[in-house]
This record gives sequence, C-alpha cells and structure tokens, in this order.
Amino acid sequence: MYGFEAMTFNIHGGYLEAIVRGHRAGLLTAADYNNLCQCETLDDMKMHLSATEYGPYLQNEPSPLHTTTIVEKCTLKLVDEYKHMLCQATEPLSTFLEYITYGHMIDNVVLIVTGTLHERDVQELLEKCHPLGMFDSIATLAVAQNMRELYRLVLVDTPLAPYFSECITSEDLDDMNIEIMRNTLYKAYLEDFYKFCQKLGGATAEIMSDLLAFEADRRAVNITINSIGTELTRDDRRKLYSNFGLLYPYGHEELAVCEDIDQVRGAMEKYPPYQSIFSKLSYGESQMLDKAFYEEEVKRLCLAFEQQFHYGVFFAYMRLREQEIRNLMWISECVAQNQKSRVHDSVVFIF
Amino acid sequence: MEKFIDNLSPMDLMRSEKMSLVQLIIPVESAHRAVSYLGELGLLQFRDLNAEKSPFQRTFVNQVKRCGEMSRKLRFFKDQIIKAGLLSSIHPVVEPDVELEELEMQLAEHEHELIEMNSNSEKLRQTYNELLEFKMVLIKAGSFLVSNNNQAVAEEWELSENVYSSDRYVEASSLLEQQMRTADQSGLRFISGIIFQSKALRFERMLFRATRGNMLFNQAPAGEEIMDPLSAEMVKKTVFVVFFSGEQARTKILKICEAFGANCYPVPDDFSKQRQITREILSRLSELETTLDAGIRHQNKALTSIGYHLTQWMSMVRREKAVYDTLNMLNFDVTKKCLVGEGWCPVFAKAKVQEALQRATFDSNSQVGSIFHVMDAVESPPTYFRTNHFTNAYQEIVDAYGIARYQEANPAVYTVVTFPFLFAVMFGDWGHGICLLLGALVLIARESRLSTQKLGSFMEMLFGGRYVLLLMSLFSIYCGLIYNEFFSVPFHIFGGSAYKCRDATCSDAHSAGLIKFRDPYPFGVDPSWRGSRSELPFLNSLKMKMSILLGVAQMNLGIILSYFNARFFRSSLDIRYQFVPQMIFLNSLFGYLSLLIIIKWCIGSQADLYHVMIYMFLSPTDDLGENELFWGQRPLQIVLLLLALVAVPWMLFPKPFILKKLHSERFQGRNYGMLVSSEFDPDVEPDSAREHHEEFNFSEVFVHQMIHSIEFVLGAVSNTASYLRLWALSLAHSELSTVFYEKVLLLAWGYDNVVIRLTGLAVFAFATAFILLMMETLSAFLHALRLHWVEFQNKFYHGDGYKFKPFSFALITEDDD
Repeated sequence: MYGFEAMTFNIHGGYLEAIVRGHRAGLLTAADYNNLCQCETLDDMKMHLSATEYGPYLQNEPSPLHTTTIVEKCTLKLVDEYKHMLCQATEPLSTFLEYITYGHMIDNVVLIVTGTLHERDVQELLEKCHPLGMFDSIATLAVAQNMRELYRLVLVDTPLAPYFSECITSEDLDDMNIEIMRNTLYKAYLEDFYKFCQKLGGATAEIMSDLLAFEADRRAVNITINSIGTELTRDDRRKLYSNFGLLYPYGHEELAVCEDIDQVRGAMEKYPPYQSIFSKLSYGESQMLDKAFYEEEVKRLCLAFEQQFHYGVFFAYMRLREQEIRNLMWISECVAQNQKSRVHDSVVFIF
Repeated sequence: MEKFIDNLSPMDLMRSEKMSLVQLIIPVESAHRAVSYLGELGLLQFRDLNAEKSPFQRTFVNQVKRCGEMSRKLRFFKDQIIKAGLLSSIHPVVEPDVELEELEMQLAEHEHELIEMNSNSEKLRQTYNELLEFKMVLIKAGSFLVSNNNQAVAEEWELSENVYSSDRYVEASSLLEQQMRTADQSGLRFISGIIFQSKALRFERMLFRATRGNMLFNQAPAGEEIMDPLSAEMVKKTVFVVFFSGEQARTKILKICEAFGANCYPVPDDFSKQRQITREILSRLSELETTLDAGIRHQNKALTSIGYHLTQWMSMVRREKAVYDTLNMLNFDVTKKCLVGEGWCPVFAKAKVQEALQRATFDSNSQVGSIFHVMDAVESPPTYFRTNHFTNAYQEIVDAYGIARYQEANPAVYTVVTFPFLFAVMFGDWGHGICLLLGALVLIARESRLSTQKLGSFMEMLFGGRYVLLLMSLFSIYCGLIYNEFFSVPFHIFGGSAYKCRDATCSDAHSAGLIKFRDPYPFGVDPSWRGSRSELPFLNSLKMKMSILLGVAQMNLGIILSYFNARFFRSSLDIRYQFVPQMIFLNSLFGYLSLLIIIKWCIGSQADLYHVMIYMFLSPTDDLGENELFWGQRPLQIVLLLLALVAVPWMLFPKPFILKKLHSERFQGRNYGMLVSSEFDPDVEPDSAREHHEEFNFSEVFVHQMIHSIEFVLGAVSNTASYLRLWALSLAHSELSTVFYEKVLLLAWGYDNVVIRLTGLAVFAFATAFILLMMETLSAFLHALRLHWVEFQNKFYHGDGYKFKPFSFALITEDDD
C-alpha cells in the first residue's frame, strides 16, 4: 500500500529509523575530511577521529598506530551498530537487514576459496574477511575442492544456498571459475534482494529498486570492462548480468558485444543517468570510473534519507559507512606513506 | 521613592556578578605555571582564540597527545587492576607531585613490565590449557576406545556364548592391541581432540557431510571448564573421537578440525603408554600450576603498587591535559615570546587573578612579569551567581528554564521562599510534612558523607535538592496546620472547636448542623468542619480564593521585577509603555477581584463574586443589587474597566513607534548604510568580543510587541486561572489521603482480626509512602515548577544569557578524559 506507510510504519520501524538517522548524523562531514587530509601522522588522525563518533573505539589504541588498526576499529563500530539494529529489528526489517550482509558473505566465500587455492593460511584469510559477511562454518570452505563440494559441505547451511543453483559444476576451482561464481552469486543475490524489496512494496520498493538497479548496472559495466580480452564468451558474459536495472535488456545486449572501453562508453552514454558519469572521463580511461561510480552512488544513497517510512535508509546508511571506511583507509594509507598529494584521488565526500 | 530604591544595599543573588573581559599576556616560560595556578583558583573563563584551528594545528598539540597517551596507559592499568580484582583493597596514598616527564617514564616502564608479564602468563596459560586438554582427551577418548573395543569384543563373546567377564579394563587392554590390529587391517583409523561444546553439533554435521557418512563420531563433555584465552572466561568443551577410513578422509577431517578450532591430540593405542603419558602430563601440569600461581602473585604485587598511585596519577594527568587544552586557546603575540589570552573574570576576582599571575612569574623565575589588563567588551558577559549550598538548588531550578541575562533580576531570590510555599499549598498535611522533613534531615545530616560518594541519578537529584526538600517540608507542616490535616485527621491543637451540637445526643449534627458558641478557632481550619456536609464547599471556597490571592500577588511581584529590570538597564520606555499599562491591566481586573475577596472575608457578605466579575464586563452600568459589597462599587467598576481597556493599546502601540523615531533620529542625515567590512574598524581584532550594530526592522519590532501584548492580556486571564491548580492539587491530596485513611485503615481496623488489621495497616503505609509521599510530592513539585517558570517568570525574565564556566581543576570530572 504505497502512501499509507506513515500510518503503520512507526509501530515496528520507527525506533530503528530514528536510530539509523541518528547514526547518519555521525557520518564525517567535508570539514572533517578536510581536517583529516591535513594530518601529518596517523596519530593526528587518531586525535581528530577521537572527537568524532569513532572516539571510543580508537581511544585505547597504543600510540604507534597502523592503517589496519584504524580500519579495523572503524569497521568494528559499523558492525556493532549493525548488530544492535539487527537485534532490535522485527520482521520484515530483520530479513532486510540480513540481505544487506549477503554481499559481504559472497565476497568472503570468494576470498577464502581463492586464498586456499593459493595455499594461504586459513586464519590469515579469516582475519581479512569482512566481519559483516561472517557465518559459522566459513573456515570450513577451505576443505572444498570443487563447486559441488563447496555447496554440499558448507554453503547449504548459509543463506547463499539458493543462489548456488546456477553454478553447481563438478569442475575444479580455479581463478576464472571463482570469479564467474562470484558474479553468478552476485547476480542471483541482487535479483533476490530486488524481488524481496518489490514484495515489501511502498516507498521501500521504490527507493531500493533505484539503488539496486544502479548497483546491478555498475556491476554489468565492471564485468564487461574486466572481461574484455579474457576467454569469456559473449553468451557467458551476458549470463552474468542481472535481469533488472536500467540497462536491462537492451543495454545488456550492447554491453555483451563490447570489445574495448570506448564501446562500453558508447553503449552507456545512451542512458542519461550514466551519461554524466562517462562525460567526466576522458576517452580510453577506466581508472577514474570507479570513483565516478562511487560518487554517483553516494549521491543516490544520500537521497534515500530524504524520504521517511522506508527501509532504504538502512541500506543507504550501511553503504555510506562502508564508503566512509574506504575513505578513511585511503587517507590513512596516504598519510602513512607520505603520499598526501594523492589523498584526493579516491576520497568520496559524503556530505 | 527613587532615592530609597537606589539606596537599597545590593543583594548578592539579585544580580549576577559584574564581569570584565581581561587580557593576559604571559611570557612563554611561565605560561604553564600561570595557567595551572589559574586553574587552582578557578575564576577565569578563557575564550578560545584559536577556534578556527583544528585540534592538531594548535601549539601544544604534542603535550595534549602525550597526556592522552598517558591516560590511555592509566586506563590500561585500571583495567588490569579491576581484572585482577584488586580495586577494593587499595587505599590511595598522597605523595608530592612528580614531574610530568618523570611520570611519563614511569608509566611507560610499568606498562612495559605489565605487558611482558601478561604475555608470559599467557604463554604459560596456553601450555597449561593444552596439557589440560590433552589430559582430558586421554581420559575420555581412552575410555571410548576401551568401551568400543569392549562392545565389539562382547559381540564376539556373545557369539561364542562366553560369559561377560568382570574385570573389564584388564580384558579390554589385553584385547585392545588385537582390536587395533584388525582396525588397521580394515584401514579404520581415528582422530581424537577437543572442541568447544557450542560448536560440537555443527562439527559433527560437517564431518558427516564431508565423509558422506562414513565415519563414527563419539563425544563426551570434558570434565573441567577451560579458560578461553581470548575472553578470559571459563568455557565448556567436548572431547571427541572420530573413526574413519582412508587417507583422503583424514586430510579432510584434519582441515575441518582446523576450521572449527578443534585441537587434535594423538592418543596412543597402547593402554600402558596412555597411562604413562597421563602420568607425565599430570606432573607437568602441577609444575605449571605453581609457576602460574607465582606469576599471578608477582603480577598482583606489581598492580597493587601501581594501584597506590593510580588515583593521584590520573588526576594529575587530567589536570595537565586541562592546562594544555587551555594553553591551546591562547595566541602567540608577534614576537612569539608571549602568549596572549582573553577571558572573562568576575570583578571581585581580579586581584586574585593578578596575584596568581605574579606568583607564577615569581615561581618560574621569569624575568618578565605577566601583563593583566581589562578590555572593553561589546559581547554580553557570562552570568555568574555566587551561590552556597542552600541557594544552589534554587538557582538550579531557575537555570533549568534558562540562564539569566547578564545582570538581570534573578527570580531565584524569590524562588527560595515562593517555591516551597506554593508546593506546600498543594501538599498541606503536617503528617506528610513531618515524613518529608525527616527525609530531608537525614539527607542533610549525612551531607558530608553523601557529597563525596557517587550516587545514582535519582539519589543524586534528591540529594541535590535536599534544602529545597527541607523548606518544602517545613512549609507543608505550616500549611497542614492551617488546613488542620494530619494524614487527613483533624486535631484540636489550638484549643477547642468553636462549634457544638444542638443537643447532648448530637443526633442531628449531620442534618441540621452545629451551632457556634464561642470565638473562632484561633489558627487554621476548625476541626469540626471535618466530615460535615458543608466541608467541601467551605474548603473549596477557601482554597480557591486563596489560590487567586497568591497568584495575583506573585504575578504582581513579577511585573514589579520588570520595573526593576527596566530601571537597572535605564530603559524608561519599558517603564512607561510596558510596566505601567501591565500593572494597570492586571490590577484593574484581577487586583480588583482580590480586593473583593478580601472585603467579602472581612465583612462576611453573601455576595456572589462570579456574578460581580461577569456582569462587570457584560453590563457595567446595571445595578449590583444584593451583590454590592461597598459604597461606590459601580462607578469604581466602570473606571477600572475603562482603565483596562485603555491599557491594551497603551502597551501595544507607543513603544514600537517611539523606537522607530529614536532610530531614525540617530541616523538622521545618514542616508547611506554603514559599510560592513573589516576595513571600517581597524581595531577589531578577529575573534575579539566585539560585534556589529544591528539593523532596525520596524515590522519585526511591531510584530514582536504585538505578540508580547496579546500574550500578556490573554495571559492575565489564563495565568490567574492557572493558579487554581493550587486549589485542585490540594483538594486531590486531601481527598486521596482521606480515602486511604477511611477506606483502608479504618475499614481494616473495624474487624477484630489481627491479620486483616495488619494487612490494612500495610496497605495504608504503602499507599502513604508511594502514592502520597512520592507521587504527590512529585506532582506538586512539577506544578510549583510550572507556576514559577510560566506564570511568574514570563512577566520579566528573559533567560537568554550564558553561564560562566571558569577554567577550574575542581570542575574537571572523571568522565572528561
């Protein structure tokens, strides 16, 4: 019932929406970033961050800080907030919140599987996993030799199981397979999430379909660019695109046959929302594309807060925080390596 | 009159302290000492001259960072001490202050030592845990192996119809080898280990899936709890043995074990070997235990010695940090040899500040003294009241509404008496008052003890308001005596009642009433009213009229205070066009009503005051008839009504027009607006306490005046009505206590049964304590608060000032770091 959320939304979702909006007010602002960019050492960063919401998480860290500590603690804060919200949530918000983490779960699965393939230590890999995408038996992933085993042994217990139906093969795992698996899983995940949001209806469906469509389109472009010059056939490439979004279906046809970045550009520029992104880039350049997409995403995520009574704010908040942590990681890396001239290359201001 | 007012001695609390903006120029070498002396003095509020700089661009950022690092170390020590459970036994000793550098070194040393000790004991703990786990695995897994073998053997034995022998273990061990051999032949092998109990089920499922069911899983809870090294909690673990076949399965299972964090320990097949290993482990365990104990003792000793100094160190680091934070607010002068600071300080404290600065110069052997001089400020100074234990709580009540504007009349002076009094009007019962008094006295008697303690938020509030509570209870006793209520029971304290029954039997006392036979009861309400038919009408009429009298009196006080404010700020405009019409308006209507009430009380007339008031508006020229209280009442009413009508436009129109005229006169001939730029006034220092002229906007001023007048006119009616809450609350209180007394206590007392009587007494006591003493106190408190904040203070109080927050060590709390 679109338009009538205002009557009942606050019964279950009001408290958490207030919480999430409060958290959003704690996001670092452009003034904070400006100050952070002027820092000389990581201690300066710590000092500045201690005046923000990250303060309690960083104050007990001994002085020679590392980039990883900062990122770890900032992520810890996000995870704490997420867990708090998840504990308070009722259906269907709790399912919605869980959906947000599936992306991290897929990434973690891929990380572990790739890592074991290259014979890395499992504990070391586990430390690198995103804490939001952890599930109980994640360490057992190392046992599996091929997709079928992977599914049968471990993933059948996880929420990712339904997404696996398309990629169960007996082939041994290799880098290419894993990458295809990641994208297939992601496709299934996005489609499922999209369907779920449509089922919720109302403003949630409207806003989330916009955000997820953007995500799907971005993935389609990335898949295309990354698969140029590999042995992936056009049909296989076509299969990895999600079946919704602005580019679906005609844009996908065009992307599927692209041979170089300029063709991608040609295909994308037919869509007005993406035209502005591509018009910022010079021809033949794809490095800055990520940042351009991130900026666009942040803009859209911020817009999600303009409406009330929908779940999109939770998704938007989590994504914005993640972007903020990426920013902090980049800044602290630049500060630590004395590359301050490059600070602005990859920082996306949120406000 | 004017002279008399001017000659009144100034009250401390009436106006906030005179403040002056001062500038300090302190040589760098004595700056730290000077600021810490000022912190001890605690009478100077520094202004931040570096507000535009981010924290790490300031001068003393390194020192602040060092202090932050030290307080982190101190927190680490505190954590460790709490973890070791030593906190309660430590009494801090006071030692002379050590130098900051020295302290920093000491802290680093201690931290290093502690971390080393921790890592050592952690290593030991880990080895100990491993051995313990191994021991348990040996015991449990060994018994699995044995019982398995026994079963297998037993089946064989059953086949050959042998009797199951008694000495199981010997038999088993003798057969174990044989069994193992057969097992080896069939490729059956096992892995044993230990795993967290919470993970055991999933672990089993995973094993089942990985080996496609070709395995046998045995588990038993481990006998003892093992300390988890990460969380330092005791956790339960489960010993397991997996039987399987094949090399591939083995690698898989080992991987799964690793993934689940299960520790695998080899259990030898040979039973005697098992025993031998068990023995070895036991002896090593006991060795380790003594080492661990020694380690813990050593650590505790170190922690205790740290604990002696911890509080002192913490407060010292906090002070240092505060000093450097303050130093960061100062500017360097041009020569970079002096620090320049600005701040507010009360005029009376100037000498003390100067003395502190001199002392600092002297103590730090500086050649150059500090310079201290007063600057003129445009910005309004902060508000500072010197309160004591007693007045503080009342000042807090006023501050909770808004901090007084600099030097405006402070309602707290009157609140000290009016607040508890209005409370008591609603809470009039001398029994309840005595209960409150006892509570307040307990709080005051234990003042010195409670003030050093950390109280809960509720107790803190109660303790903070102890003197309010004291006066509230005293006034309730007074009002209770006037209402003649003691837990709703009337007493003949001040002599006998003025009334008696018509005859000896008193049979018609409730129908025909009593007759008065002597002088009125000397103080308060006559006890004979109690229970009579006309009790409620009598008390209601009394309390209602009293509420109106109190309300009109308090509102008049408020308006008079606005006169004193206007006088103080030399604004004759406010006196002439605000104070005078307001006075006239309020008193011509409600002042007149109060007058009528008093006259009616004095002459005992039967006149209907409602009627008088209502028809004063509806038809002022009509004859009053039997409602006439005094001669010439009708013309007086007409005059008052006209005055009230005149007062409204009087307070509405002149002031904005006069203001406009004044403004245009001031800027006569200046057709161009002032240049608003930094070149205009070269003296303006950035961030100095100077501000620009405001622009005059007539429509804004007029709308503001209109709102103000309408609010006053409507407010005069609604605020007077609002004071009727005094009557309503007082009625509710006395009715509630009557109900509890009559319907609970007396009813229960009517039975000749100890149980019922006791129950009734208990219910009465609880109701009195929780409903009457707590809830009613709270509600009467809130209503008194409202009457002060809204009805009283809106007549004169602006409340848009800001509080004086001096830099003081005494105010640095523990949460600050």
